[in-house]
Amino acid sequence: MANVTLRNVTKTYPSGFEAIKGISLEVGDGQFCVLVGPSGCGKSTLLRMVAGLETITGGEIDIGGRVVNQIEPAERDIAMVFQNYALYPHMSVYNNMAYGLRNRGMPKPEIDIRVQEAARILEIVPMLDRRPGQLSGGQRQRVAMGRAIVRQPKVFLFDEPLSNLDAKLRIAMRVEIRKLQRRLNTTSIYVTHDQLEAMTLADILVVMNAGRVEQIGNPLEIYQKPATTFVASFIGAPPMNLLPMRSDEINSQLAGGRVAGEAGLLGIRPEDFSISNDAFAGGIALDLTVEAIERVGAETFIYGARKNGMQGVAANPGELPPGDVIVRIPGAVAPAIGERIRAAAPREKLHLFSADGRQRIEL
Amino acid sequence: MVEHRRLGNLLPHLALLAGVAIVAFPVYMAVIASTHDNSVIANGQMPLYPGSNALETYWHTIVSGTGKTTRQPVGSMMLNSLIMALGIAAGKIAISIISAYAIVFFAFPFRMTAFWTIFLTLMLPVEVRIYPTYKITSDLHMLDSYSGLILPLIASATATLLFRQFFMTVPKELVEASKIDGAGPVRFFWDTLLPLSLTNIAALFVILFIYGWNQYLWPLLITTRDDMQTIVIGIKKIIDVHDALTEWSVAMATAVLAMLPPVAVVVLMQRLFVKGLIETEK
Repeated sequence: MANVTLRNVTKTYPSGFEAIKGISLEVGDGQFCVLVGPSGCGKSTLLRMVAGLETITGGEIDIGGRVVNQIEPAERDIAMVFQNYALYPHMSVYNNMAYGLRNRGMPKPEIDIRVQEAARILEIVPMLDRRPGQLSGGQRQRVAMGRAIVRQPKVFLFDEPLSNLDAKLRIAMRVEIRKLQRRLNTTSIYVTHDQLEAMTLADILVVMNAGRVEQIGNPLEIYQKPATTFVASFIGAPPMNLLPMRSDEINSQLAGGRVAGEAGLLGIRPEDFSISNDAFAGGIALDLTVEAIERVGAETFIYGARKNGMQGVAANPGELPPGDVIVRIPGAVAPAIGERIRAAAPREKLHLFSADGRQRIEL
Repeated sequence: MVEHRRLGNLLPHLALLAGVAIVAFPVYMAVIASTHDNSVIANGQMPLYPGSNALETYWHTIVSGTGKTTRQPVGSMMLNSLIMALGIAAGKIAISIISAYAIVFFAFPFRMTAFWTIFLTLMLPVEVRIYPTYKITSDLHMLDSYSGLILPLIASATATLLFRQFFMTVPKELVEASKIDGAGPVRFFWDTLLPLSLTNIAALFVILFIYGWNQYLWPLLITTRDDMQTIVIGIKKIIDVHDALTEWSVAMATAVLAMLPPVAVVVLMQRLFVKGLIETEK
């Protein structure tokens, strides 16, 4: 049980490459923190720095009130679950879980109690004598978790633990990891590139890009108020539509003169559109030509080409660059391809960003 | 079609059988010769069927050998050979697995230099460096000793390379998991790396044991005492008699005896050997 605090942590490789460019973060006791970002954003590096598998070139990492920069991984009181599980192939499941405890000189009876308890929680008791090679992917995943649980560490670290599983199992294990973490109430840091996993698991969501934190917060808050266009398009699937606009258009129609500079980006989530002919007061409406339709059963995605700009916003629609807009509607009833539709979104669902996408402008 | 296939199977089998016969016949002859009395062989008309003298010849060979040249029972030569071959195989495996471990898992200055230096020794077998090696062995007073027979031969670039290749396939997460589990470098080596390398070690052991058993030039150079002779040298000496009749039955029995340990090693370890060469367990 411990807080994890990162203070202006940086990582520069000897080659001069800056993988982590100054990250500060506070994970409270028992909280589930998810680091999410595209591949190469430094999220795994950051996790490995917390684990002690990568050196820290700047800043401080504090676990449970103790700065661990110079402390060996085994002494940090953490447990890690790896993407490829990293089970010892020549040891039985039991020994895989007991190994770390034996290395710490724990008495045999206590090891046995802990391993049996973990196996019971994870429902792998019948497999204790088998080797990892004889187990399925999901079972191996459980053993890897078991190896972490028996240690009763201050912090769990997960490095994309579900990405080697098939889709169905991934969802099941996702729920189980969450339940397990609630039950053990252990501070956890979880790395993933899957925004759905991130949204569903996190107490604190950290969206990372290119070695920096883009936004930290509660998942719903991040979904509702993304701080940058990167977050806006990364969180939520399909991604938010981002439409470039000139600042005079924005000022006159939406922001009331508060936007400086040349232009801005208007963001609308696909699910915030509705197909109707009446524009919302203060909102926007787009005329679209339907180009493609994806039906997934409960919902339908419409890919529309925007040719005539926005009504209710654009003073001079002809100057807006045309582009694709994704609209999500419930159910399987959709317009035909080639049909013209009008998609409208209310004002309170609109997001406005500065032209470089780095800043959110409150409407 | 069926006819054709039968013929297609028959011809290769005939060729293979002919090959086996050519290889096996001299061995058969050695076995036959070792069962006959010396005089039978010496008269130049050796029969192709086994004689009745087998037990006596082998007993005589193992326990007392020939008094004329080697003056040693072949049994003690076999023991020398066995100690040397086991020493070389074990030493080579121990040294090369440790060097490969250092090269693959540790970052230290001149790591690649160390690797390439080891690699270069592939071009320097004993035969090439025989004078300096002899000089050093002699200066260290290791002539006529087991350490002199074994130590100069146990550096092995081949085995180091093999272990290096295998270690590089070990996922680095396994190393990291060990670190988090509190296993230091030595523990990781004993608890994880060594058990994973067992099949490789077995395969290497077969090759290296035979290499050690068959050593000729080096033991010939550094052993002068009769009681340090190895069996491979013994065979040559037993045949090489001046002014007297070669004791062919003893020579052949010695040859047969010299074949047995390598054959036993191959037969016993064949399955592990093949597994070690073709399989990588991860």
